[in-house]
Amino acid sequence: MAVVDSTVTRDTRARLPIAEVRWSTVVAPLVLGALVVLAWELFVELAEIEPFILPAPSAIWEQVTANTANIVDGATVTGRNALIGMLTGAVIGVLGAALAGSFRFVDQMAAPVVAALAVIPIVALAPVLYSMFGAAVNTGRIIVAAVSVAVPVYLNTLRGIRQVKTVHRELMTAYAASPIQMIRAVTLPTATPYVFTGLRVASSLAVIAALIAEYFGGPIGGLGKSITSSAASSNYPLAWAYVTGAIVLGLLFYIVTLLVELWFSRHHKPGG
Amino acid sequence: MNGRTGEPAISVTGVDRVFGKGRKQVVALQSVELTVAAGEFVSLIGPSGCGKSTLLRLVADLDSPTAGEIAVFGKGARQARLDQDYGIAFQQAGLLPWRTVAGNVELPLKLHGAAAQLRKARVAELLELVGLTDFAKNHPDQLSGGMQQRVAIARALAESPRLLLMDEPFGALDEITRERMQNELVRICAETGAAVLFVTHSIPEAVFLSDRVVVMSPRPGRIAGVVDVRADGLAGAHDRTERARDEEGFFHAVAEVRSLLHGTPVPAVAAEGLEK
Repeated sequence: MAVVDSTVTRDTRARLPIAEVRWSTVVAPLVLGALVVLAWELFVELAEIEPFILPAPSAIWEQVTANTANIVDGATVTGRNALIGMLTGAVIGVLGAALAGSFRFVDQMAAPVVAALAVIPIVALAPVLYSMFGAAVNTGRIIVAAVSVAVPVYLNTLRGIRQVKTVHRELMTAYAASPIQMIRAVTLPTATPYVFTGLRVASSLAVIAALIAEYFGGPIGGLGKSITSSAASSNYPLAWAYVTGAIVLGLLFYIVTLLVELWFSRHHKPGG
Repeated sequence: MNGRTGEPAISVTGVDRVFGKGRKQVVALQSVELTVAAGEFVSLIGPSGCGKSTLLRLVADLDSPTAGEIAVFGKGARQARLDQDYGIAFQQAGLLPWRTVAGNVELPLKLHGAAAQLRKARVAELLELVGLTDFAKNHPDQLSGGMQQRVAIARALAESPRLLLMDEPFGALDEITRERMQNELVRICAETGAAVLFVTHSIPEAVFLSDRVVVMSPRPGRIAGVVDVRADGLAGAHDRTERARDEEGFFHAVAEVRSLLHGTPVPAVAAEGLEK
């Protein structure tokens, strides 16, 4: 009876939007990166720049290959702090946003605090936290990472909760749905992609926070500690090798959270 | 099928709806009286701001009247909503984008605790009814506007309501899709025997679908007149075919609705004169 639209795709497999990326969008930045590294190498060599000012990429790469195990160890320590901090911060952010979304007064009370937290460089609290929890444990670093994650996750989740469409809300009213059913069937799924957008934004913050917190003391072993100690012993190519490790770690966090975000927002297109 | 005797599906008595207070107040509806019999198809038509959607929202208990009484199958509107006595469809399909087509149709059944097996059977039945069986596992973003609206109608019919409330459900569709959807709605209504309160902007749509067309006028919103399409010689809404659009009674009813809309009540004789 019904006429079937032939234009509509029958492919029901879940797909990530990145499946549509063209080769040029991948190749172009790679080419640019290669050119920059090449120019850097040539510049250091031809202008005879001292290693303590800027080591050549080849020298850094030598250190990376020679100290791979150390870099991975350092990345594991820093990554662990960042990960625990990120998950804790995400839970705090989501729960806080759920409260603020349900009760207006909570939102009004929290708004100035969140604004303040957003502008305070949380890492600067690291020394204070070390003296609170002791410099031998990673607690201070985890807290720094957690706080820096909680703020963007909170703000994005709250925004997501407010995206619930009137038509969906009225539909649930027409169904005489309970508040719990409303939250489970509409509010949470609406907010989910926003939660993960917040998490993606926060993921690199978590790594940076955990890393920089190491600069201010605490136990040894992390990438940040290794960067400062290599620089202090004038081994600049090694310091840069640890920086490379930090970049890779940050990228890893970013890419994983980006994929998770894309997965959860795959059906949230406008007009759906 | 539900008989046309006994309790009316909707009974609206002396309803006013005033928005705002003091000098800024707007009278959206004034002394509205309307009865929709069980199994009857009634359209509300009128220019923007005449309160037709407001009236539908009052019946659905999405809003409360300032004065007057609304009864749905003899109960208060609130009780009727809590008892799920009506199904509803809006101008926006309002599907949940993260649920599949089947998941969307299933939603009201799931919310009201129907067993999984029963839900599955009912969803299959409904998708068959709206011709979307092959799309059960698709997500709404993979469907055209017309198909999304069909899913919304299937969802509204999920619990076999004896009353359907439809607020411009075809308003966002192109003319061709729209006529096809109208034909399907007539068929679906004939199959389910539900009473329908249908809000629309389109005169031919109102006439083609309805037993009676209620014409409303704005500021303040009130009923300007009622055109009984059956009195113009068209079959009852449930027995209509698409050929009805070419019948003389159809044009006659369209002319009557139009004259009521334009506020110049032309006597029936004059309206008849238009076609002869």
